[in-house]
Amino acid sequence: MTEKWKEEKPIFRNAGDKGFIIEFGQKIDPEINKNVKAMAVALNTDTPRGITEIIPTYRSLLLIYDPLITRPEKFIPFIKNIQNSLENSETEPCKVVQIPVCYGGEFGPDMENVEKSASLCQEDVIKMHSAPEYLIYMVGFTPGFPFLGGLNEKLFTPRLKTPRMAVPKGSVGIANNQTGMYPIESPGGWQIIGRTPLNLFDPHRKNPFLYKAGDKIKFVPISQKKFIKLKNMEAN
Amino acid sequence: MDAIKVLTPGGYTTIQDRGRFGFQHMGIPVSGSLDSFSFALANLLVGNPENMAAMEITIIGPCLEIKKEMDIALTGAKMDITVNETRVEQWRSIRVKPGDIINIGQVQSGCRSYLAFNGGINIPEVMRSFSTYAQGRIGGFKGRPIQEGDILETHDTHLLKKQRVIAEKFIPHFPENIVVRTILGPQDDYFDDGIKLLFASKYMVTPKADRMGYRLSGEAISVKKGMPESIISEPSMPGSIQIPPDGQPIILFVEQTVGGYAKIATVISSDLSLVAQTTPGDTIKFESIDLNTAHKLIFEEQNKMSTIKNSF
Repeated sequence: MTEKWKEEKPIFRNAGDKGFIIEFGQKIDPEINKNVKAMAVALNTDTPRGITEIIPTYRSLLLIYDPLITRPEKFIPFIKNIQNSLENSETEPCKVVQIPVCYGGEFGPDMENVEKSASLCQEDVIKMHSAPEYLIYMVGFTPGFPFLGGLNEKLFTPRLKTPRMAVPKGSVGIANNQTGMYPIESPGGWQIIGRTPLNLFDPHRKNPFLYKAGDKIKFVPISQKKFIKLKNMEAN
Repeated sequence: MDAIKVLTPGGYTTIQDRGRFGFQHMGIPVSGSLDSFSFALANLLVGNPENMAAMEITIIGPCLEIKKEMDIALTGAKMDITVNETRVEQWRSIRVKPGDIINIGQVQSGCRSYLAFNGGINIPEVMRSFSTYAQGRIGGFKGRPIQEGDILETHDTHLLKKQRVIAEKFIPHFPENIVVRTILGPQDDYFDDGIKLLFASKYMVTPKADRMGYRLSGEAISVKKGMPESIISEPSMPGSIQIPPDGQPIILFVEQTVGGYAKIATVISSDLSLVAQTTPGDTIKFESIDLNTAHKLIFEEQNKMSTIKNSF
């Protein structure tokens, strides 16, 4: 039910009897995402009792709470207070995580599609894709799957008409204006242009993930030889 | 110590606990038992704390050889259970001995049953939970449903001093036609007539119904004029009723983290188990309640659980 809070900013929405959404806008925009990140940092630093998960998205935060301990009326004033103090605050600098990628060939079965759609040669696609530092707007879909913003417009390529049943782990792909990586093998319809040898998700590692929402990703092109070398290092 | 040998695994049997909390911001779905009330009671019946690793059995039960003396209990969906071909009852503890063969048959009402063992199944904890997340291949027994030939261990513990039984009045029933209560939103503002339609019609559970979500079929719901068909992808809660472009609702469950369509309403926590106990062909009618009422129901369920706990 949104009626009750509709007039206010940010917009608050109930997601069932345990979920609560703080929504800062309706588009994919680094400025809106800055609000999301700042609110997430503030709530993670000083978490109201009974809030069990704080999940940042492109333009909103999903809070999960334990209704035996708290409910929205109790934590809304707290959120409003944070919001007021955030207006002037500077966000902390981003961590940039480098991800080695072997582009094209057997690891990038859809590279040709992207080349054709962009009217570019492979070398230029690689140069263009590995140039930016991409902001991680959100992590989800599968463990550690980053939704990245900032793809060069020339590389925008629609999803595959028929999604694959299994996209190999480590695949790097493009879907319209987004780019991202598949940390585990899963079904998917993104145009696959390369693969990273890194284990992006390892539940048995002390930190199972290499990055979080709000960090940035920089792809670093590597040769097949280097891919195999890094892959072997990861296996050990 | 070896406790259970899997002779046949059944339809889809996984090891679950209450769920994997605290990692949804990294794309790890909560997983866990879909009927949390029946799951907790199975554990309480064998003298375990409520959240020990137990089996979630779907539609067809497994056949198991017992390797050590234990108490076990089967709750949830109604399924025939035999020990050495002699019928025994659900919703009570059963003492079994090495060499016993436990056979659990096909479901008679409901969809998922829960089989707990005293001490709990001994598997490694992965990211603070024992729950199987099959697509991510983590948790449970080797990150997958159990298979023929698997040998499971349980933690050593004391046997029960006397048999435990759940009183008839606390045993849930799982009818084929259910009424499910919801809270509007989060994107109810995407709909106008669609909201009336959702609460006026009946929806049928289709064969595409699993731990990720239940696809329903019935009157197609459309977003209101001028609204986009999809939203900017965002995480979903178990129970979210998502409306894709074909207008056929999907109730999202516990192995799902991100969705890209508007969610018209969300099933309340107390009624999620009712949905999880339906099978293809069953029907669901939705009702709308307010948040306070939903929270009261959660407290009532908690009180019921305490009453049962204190009765042992």
